[in-house]
Amino acid sequence: MLSYTLKRLLQAIPTLLIVITLSFFLMRVAPGGPFDGERRLPPEIEQNLRAAYHLDEPLPMQYLRYLGDLVQGDLGPSFKYKDFDVSELISQGFPASLELGMWAILAALLIGVPLGVIAAIRRNSTADYVVMSTALAGIAVPNFVIAPLLALVFGVLLGWLPAGGWNGGAWQNLLLPVVALSIQQIAYIARMMRASMIEVLGSHYIRTARAKGLSEWKVILRHALRPAMLPVVSYLGPAIAGIITGSVVIEQIFGIPGIGRYFVQGALNRDYTLVMGTVVFYGALILLLNLIVDLLYSMLDPQIRYDD
Amino acid sequence: MARLYSPSHTPVLPGRFALKRLAGSLLLAGGIVASQGIMADTLKLAIMGEPASLDPQQISGTWENDVVGDLFEGLVTEAADGERIPGAAESWQISDDGKTYTFTLREDGKWSDGEPVTAEDFVYALKRIMTPENASDYAYILYPIKNAKAINSGEAEPDTLGVRAVDDHTLEITLERPTPYFLDQLSHYTAYPLPKHVVEKYGKDWTDPGKMVSNGAFELSEWQPQTRIVALKNPEFHDANEVALDEVIYYPIEERNSALKRFRAGEIDIAREFPTQQYGWLKDNLPDATHVAPYLGIYYYVLNSRDGHATADPRVREALNLSIRRNIITDKILGTGEVPAYSFVPTGVNHYDIQEMAFKDMSMDERMQKARSLMEDAGYGPDNPLELTLRYNTSEDHKKVAIAAAAMWKPLGVKVNLLNAEVAVHYEDMRQGKFDVGRAGWIGDYNDAQNFLNLLESGVPNNYGAYSNKALDDDMQKAANTLDMKDREALMQDAERKALDDYAVLPIYYYVSRNLVNPRLSGWKNNIEDTHRSRWVSFSE
Repeated sequence: MLSYTLKRLLQAIPTLLIVITLSFFLMRVAPGGPFDGERRLPPEIEQNLRAAYHLDEPLPMQYLRYLGDLVQGDLGPSFKYKDFDVSELISQGFPASLELGMWAILAALLIGVPLGVIAAIRRNSTADYVVMSTALAGIAVPNFVIAPLLALVFGVLLGWLPAGGWNGGAWQNLLLPVVALSIQQIAYIARMMRASMIEVLGSHYIRTARAKGLSEWKVILRHALRPAMLPVVSYLGPAIAGIITGSVVIEQIFGIPGIGRYFVQGALNRDYTLVMGTVVFYGALILLLNLIVDLLYSMLDPQIRYDD
Repeated sequence: MARLYSPSHTPVLPGRFALKRLAGSLLLAGGIVASQGIMADTLKLAIMGEPASLDPQQISGTWENDVVGDLFEGLVTEAADGERIPGAAESWQISDDGKTYTFTLREDGKWSDGEPVTAEDFVYALKRIMTPENASDYAYILYPIKNAKAINSGEAEPDTLGVRAVDDHTLEITLERPTPYFLDQLSHYTAYPLPKHVVEKYGKDWTDPGKMVSNGAFELSEWQPQTRIVALKNPEFHDANEVALDEVIYYPIEERNSALKRFRAGEIDIAREFPTQQYGWLKDNLPDATHVAPYLGIYYYVLNSRDGHATADPRVREALNLSIRRNIITDKILGTGEVPAYSFVPTGVNHYDIQEMAFKDMSMDERMQKARSLMEDAGYGPDNPLELTLRYNTSEDHKKVAIAAAAMWKPLGVKVNLLNAEVAVHYEDMRQGKFDVGRAGWIGDYNDAQNFLNLLESGVPNNYGAYSNKALDDDMQKAANTLDMKDREALMQDAERKALDDYAVLPIYYYVSRNLVNPRLSGWKNNIEDTHRSRWVSFSE
């Protein structure tokens, strides 16, 4: 397994390089540059800025310079947030996104999985219909609708919780964004869990387990749950990467200092280095989480083994 | 600093307001008794975005101004109502030719670390901003200073800049030409002094909390990007006795609806903008907190004067202007107090009475009739309808205005293709002239008509429509060299008149500023530049 892990990590390098190369050149092809805004800068000032960020060099030169800096762990200065390097922005913002995201994922798992299981074993009962239609609503209502509603009701009208702000990640400030962020995940996971549970419950070894006279709860917890978790686990890889790198909507509505906004703002501002930094970070995270998911597979399903 | 009760927690929501206020004042009373009057006044200010930098030479936006303007003070500064008053300089003299300014700095001017603010700090700052390697995007504001542009273009050495420290407290600035608005510009953040001893010591990191020192009413204490910036009262500030607040916390909140919610929840005392759609609700529910005031800016459509565009024909430009019902756009479509514009320079600019388009007082029927005949003269009609491309940058309000404009031009047989794009793409396309009509806005950098009329001079980078009028250029050139304010005004009025008679652009409305201010705050005054320094603000009991 160790050599498999190493092999996968090595394979990640060319993948990342392709991602970096594509985004580097795509970003430059996009119309408009980092210094195009409401006001056109006088030519000499634009020239000074281009020189300061090495944009006056030929594109291949800039690309090599970027790769060279990247190897040394330098993501370059942000064009927009001038007092910070991109690596500073990411390392300052990521803890907030991570904290929020992990709580949301945890909530989604702790609520979504049991809901899905209940719906599966009580298939076509009232409980099933209630869970599934609520889940459908949860998926259908986007978080840019849920989040302001939560802030309005609990922050403004009831005054129980802050309507926004981070405050170092205090639970009062975390609660509403975690709810807003996890509702959709709960719904997804519950639906996924239900479908896969139903499938597993229909398989032969479950019939065997039941035939042995095991109690229904034992059948579900000991024999059905683990294999039924597989689709959820494979979903979790990209989902965690997506959630812990922040949501621009949730961050802006609740004023959370995460890195989600950098993906969107970086692109809109043509902040080349910031876009590249977030792409590299996100890409590496996805590759890593996918690897972890694959390794988890072998623990959940004895049929999967990574041998050399 | 003991914080017993933060007055800013009082919510402004009707209903809950009275109850919390009562609770607040009880707490307050207890606090005063317990601590013999020691209490911290904290102002919580929502600014409209994360500052690009806290280095006054590395910013070009408006929200940075809210923070940096509290931390630093220029030679000249702004009173609560925006009037220019002496700042770091206590007095100055202007030479007869209007080109040499001699400033006497205050004896008691100090940086927040106790070091004196000297003329050398200004010389250092002004040379630094013009140094090409510093790549300051807003350096051009100070181009009136002798040799500034040449230095910033790399054609002259920074030492040749027209600034000189005569002695520790005397600063001399020489200009390229007399510039009547120069004193105004000196209150701009590009002209703030920098603590030479600190910038040289820390380099780029000098703006970090703990390193930065400043000469304004407040000093930086904390900066968490995307979260908050905290500034504490600067005890070394020359007017510290008159500064009521102990602390200002700036929250960057891009989402206007979030700013409003947090204001209603009492988490914020001032929101520097509110969502336009909520104006009706705010007027009904929070009338005392809602501030709408004229703002030094014009929202207009650029008409492309380049060859090959129908809008190069003045008759078409006039017809397009005639048929826009500006009051419908301001009252029915926007409805936030915007004022219909028939001039290019907004009302309220210093030393300037605006000129207006000739048709302003004509009835709409007369205007449409005239517009139709102009279009006919220009060769357009039912058989040969005019097709126009109208570009705007993506935003709900811009879209609404564009759709309304297209509908208003329809009776002339004009077919409009609406194109929208994100800001960077929009302005790139405008620059390249890929449009017939294009949305633009201009907020004055300084309170002078020249800052607006300059946009219509030939070859100016922000003249997106490439409008060119020799007579206007001449007027502006003459005005630039005219010392007498009345003569200068007349020349600029003549220039504006020429542009309006030629229908060079299509002005739509004058901007308004929109602030939410806790009614318990005093010292806040609406002003045309929407500049507000926290040193003037206090909580009234």
